[in-house]
Amino acid sequence: MRYYLPSREKYIYIIIISTALSAVWLLCMRFLLWQIFKSDEGYLHMLKISSPLRFSIAFLLIGSMAMMSMAWYSEKEKSQLENRKKEAEKMFREAELRTLRNQLQPHFLFNALNSISALIISEPENARSMIQQLSDFLRGSMRKDDTQLNTLKEEIDYLQLYLNIEKVRFGHRLETKIIVEDETLLSLKIPNLLLQPLMENAIKFGLYDTLDKVCISLQAAIKGNILEISITNPFDPETALPLKGTGFGLSSVRKRLALIYGRHDLLTTHISDQNFTTLLSLPQ
Amino acid sequence: MMKVLIIDDEPLARNVIKEYLKPYKDLEVVGECNDGFEGIKAIQEFQPDLIFLDIQMPRINGFEMLELVENKPRVIFTTAYEEYAIKAFDLHAIDYLLKPFDKNRFDKAIEKTRQQQSSAEKETFLQSIHLPAQMHRIVVKDGNKIRIIPLSQIFYIEAADDYVKIFTQSESFLKKQTMAYFEENLQQNQFARVHRSYLVNTQTVTRIDPYEKDGHLVLLTNGKKIPVSKSGYKKLKEMLGL
Repeated sequence: MRYYLPSREKYIYIIIISTALSAVWLLCMRFLLWQIFKSDEGYLHMLKISSPLRFSIAFLLIGSMAMMSMAWYSEKEKSQLENRKKEAEKMFREAELRTLRNQLQPHFLFNALNSISALIISEPENARSMIQQLSDFLRGSMRKDDTQLNTLKEEIDYLQLYLNIEKVRFGHRLETKIIVEDETLLSLKIPNLLLQPLMENAIKFGLYDTLDKVCISLQAAIKGNILEISITNPFDPETALPLKGTGFGLSSVRKRLALIYGRHDLLTTHISDQNFTTLLSLPQ
Repeated sequence: MMKVLIIDDEPLARNVIKEYLKPYKDLEVVGECNDGFEGIKAIQEFQPDLIFLDIQMPRINGFEMLELVENKPRVIFTTAYEEYAIKAFDLHAIDYLLKPFDKNRFDKAIEKTRQQQSSAEKETFLQSIHLPAQMHRIVVKDGNKIRIIPLSQIFYIEAADDYVKIFTQSESFLKKQTMAYFEENLQQNQFARVHRSYLVNTQTVTRIDPYEKDGHLVLLTNGKKIPVSKSGYKKLKEMLGL
């Protein structure tokens, strides 16, 4: 328990106020009583000599009342301040989450537009369908609902839009597999827009680290009450960039998980042979 | 007739360029490449006058590829990455096309190419190539093969006339480049120019011994001893925080 301690200025202020009020009260009472008991000499004498005593009592009463109200007001002010701080913190957290979610790689967009530019000439029908998918994807990434949680199915559908666009660009080299252990997993809830940046990361490293065809796989399984989603891409451990594993995609996902679950161990990376795996463990 | 080569890992991106090139009867596309490795071979084979080069490509990027090409053709970079533009012009690239680009912009790039050709100054461009941002590996030619060497595997670099010799645990590679270039680019990676002819990876230093008067020798973890000059000793001490 912490007590409120007023500063010295406030004490002085209270003393001045109490003194002044006590004096006013004393004079008023004296005037009033004088009028009422004009004829009683004895009473008037008592009134005269008891003035210091009555002043003291008035001073004490008013003083303690002033102290109490001051403490009450400042306590109220403090709690208001705290509320405001909490509010600000919450807003900051939400804003951070939003920016983390919305960090779409602009290069992805420009390259997709370039592909559309090529398709317009040779395959206008496909160009139109790509524009459609790109629009759906962008709409999804700009969604404003802050509930944060979506079903795994919704997230996989969203991921599919992204993959379809990437396949128009890299169809000759890129193959993807999505394996969900059990149909029932599709209705589990996961934070939205979490899978796409991880997939983007895997595709980037998979495609730019090897010359051959690349297969990127996503697997979802449940272990106890933890939904485990792993994304695997091939890579070359010899020449992989040192930034691997701290790539932007991964660090922003890690930050989001920390903000949502308050834990830092939900995203791990593993290397085996020529494969790089990102493992996401989501408590249900 | 001008020979043109297109190097880009996305077939659709190459199609855009081919489409835009169609009206130019005097420009002939002699080949298309999926990556830098194919690019190097094709440049050797066709000796193109102009290449369209993407930067972000598998294994080695466009800049790294150019480093390994001996008779460097004229280059127009095509990329979605704005941040490399300054680098590209450092390389005397003719132009830098930001994807997606339209026909007008493309025509201007071709116009520029022609102007440079007619002015007939066979420039010595693309001599010193500066890699974008941080360097984290060095790409070298090893016979017919192309090797990517992470910096952590390099023990030291030695000057050898117009070349430098790059030493790893058990191998060495020649690369046409200046010591000053590596000194500048590898500084933040803990490489110290300890001597006029030597650049040492400070992570591999195990011991520094006095040697003759004023001089020192560093012993590396692979057993190699490298001479250290007076000013080199100062730099080395600074980098090791002594």
